[in-house]
Amino acid sequence: MVTYLLVRLGQALLVLFGIVLMTFLLAFILPADPARMIAGQSATAETVQRIRHELGLDQPLAVQFSRYLGQVARGNLGRSYAQKVDVAALLRSRFPATVELMVAGIVFELLIGLPAGILAAVRRDTWLDRGVMVGAFLGVSAPQFAVGLLLLYLVAFRLSLLPLGGYGSLAHLILPALTLGIAGGGWYARVMRSTMVEVLGQDFVRTARAKGLPPAQVVGRHALKNAVLPIVTMVGLDFGTFMGGVVVVESVFGWPGIGQLAWQAIQIVDIPVILGVVIFSALAIVTGNLLADLTYPWLDPKIRYQ
Amino acid sequence: MERFGKITGEPAGPRETQVTQPMEKQPNPPQPWDRLKRNPVAMAGLLIVGVVVLAAVLAPWAAPYDPVEQFPEGLSSEGRPFGPTARFWLGTDLLGRDLFSRLLYGARVSLLVGVVANGAALAIGTLLGGMAGYFKGWAGSVFMRFTDMMMAFPALLLAIALSAILRPSLWIVALVIALVNWVWIARVVYSQMLALSAREFVEAARAIGVPTGRLLARHLLPHLLPTLLVWGTLGISTTVLFEAALSFLGVGVRPPTPSWGGIINESQSYFLDAPWLVAAPGMAILLTSLAFNLVGDGLRDALDPQMRGR
Repeated sequence: MVTYLLVRLGQALLVLFGIVLMTFLLAFILPADPARMIAGQSATAETVQRIRHELGLDQPLAVQFSRYLGQVARGNLGRSYAQKVDVAALLRSRFPATVELMVAGIVFELLIGLPAGILAAVRRDTWLDRGVMVGAFLGVSAPQFAVGLLLLYLVAFRLSLLPLGGYGSLAHLILPALTLGIAGGGWYARVMRSTMVEVLGQDFVRTARAKGLPPAQVVGRHALKNAVLPIVTMVGLDFGTFMGGVVVVESVFGWPGIGQLAWQAIQIVDIPVILGVVIFSALAIVTGNLLADLTYPWLDPKIRYQ
Repeated sequence: MERFGKITGEPAGPRETQVTQPMEKQPNPPQPWDRLKRNPVAMAGLLIVGVVVLAAVLAPWAAPYDPVEQFPEGLSSEGRPFGPTARFWLGTDLLGRDLFSRLLYGARVSLLVGVVANGAALAIGTLLGGMAGYFKGWAGSVFMRFTDMMMAFPALLLAIALSAILRPSLWIVALVIALVNWVWIARVVYSQMLALSAREFVEAARAIGVPTGRLLARHLLPHLLPTLLVWGTLGISTTVLFEAALSFLGVGVRPPTPSWGGIINESQSYFLDAPWLVAAPGMAILLTSLAFNLVGDGLRDALDPQMRGR
């Protein structure tokens, strides 16, 4: 177990190193001059040159990268060009909103996806099954921004049930989380159904039925326990993706999370912030996958990592 | 469409074992295309795909108006856009342009980006995944670590940043999407290739001295075609959504070229008064993406009957 953990951690670090390297190179080759952006359009060539020197942008690429890598390893992501604030501080300020939306989004995905998937599996090959599966496809095929805007129009504007975007109370959280849940719930329903169909065909389920357990208990207690692993993988993935910021949904609802931070930084080519968000997102995705892997042996004693 | 049956029906296809059976007496086993025809959900998807393709191809003739022409009579006297009227079937947008015509032309952008980006992703993914799976060893390890890295990359963020900074055209948008999407296909092809290259007919072909390039292209690639067909179709659906998201954020295809995501982006500030400007293009994106999903899912069942209902 310890060896496995060390190997996985080593792989995770390798992946993170690669991502830092690639984003750095990408930022370097892009045709945008940060010194010019900071100085403004009317600045003289000397001013631009001075800023370039102050930022270390006139150093060789390898020097710039190793300096950046050293800082990142110490948790220092540099300073925003535009806001003159530490990138780490910016990320910290967006953290609570991001975590809130991540948790609520996953809760909605599970609330929508799991019952739908189980229902379809139990009523396999009926019209109910087909209906649920087409519904799941509708969810995953719907553009999130349009779903979000139409939810805002119907629920917040016409029915005045919830606030029209923004951040603050629990009421603000429902619509953005539901928007995430509609798309994700479709995937969860499909995966839940296919795993459940497989599990329900196994011998121990037949035995449980044969000894007279009520169907609800067969499905809810015996089968569900054995069908939960792929769902854990998906939650791990979503943990990572949602923590990295959901740009589209945050933009629709004016949600002050990490996605909005990234979007604002991209528009003004604030490279340290873009790099910081990308690295933070990658860290979140790697962590999410790792957490999911570590949960398996706890859920299924047959899995033992060597 | 007829080609689906032929691809897997080739002697080199997955049904080699049947050669030993008396061929004349056996009724033909149902071909994938026949199985697809019997799947009403997939056929509905195919019908919608057909309609969208027709809309894109026939846009110049089918559209009642020029999609970028601004009609003074397309706005009310207070300068508001109209909802659906007899003259403008789906209403007008904030500049008094005909929404229906813009939607028809928008189908072109969606499909073109969908097909180009997805085709490029398929090509890169098949090439890299196939090579890594065939040569295994260190090439396989490097490939796996590299795809691990690509998968941990926040894809949408990367795409947004790239197209925001590169001043996107339709081709840049397609390229950016291909660059972040190929890795999923590569993983699938890799695992298939690992299994395939261990099979006896590959051993046999090597033994009689078939050159590696020919072995890959003529003997192994046909086995991958069903998978590529399924993933290619499902991938268009993802790509259409991806392009729409980029255009919605204003970093997709540049205006005045009408794209579905772009129409919603332009109308966003006004959507509480003119919800049809969000609903109609949103519905177009939904239907297109849904249709390719349904067809892809149906193809998967049709090409691999054992996966049926899974």
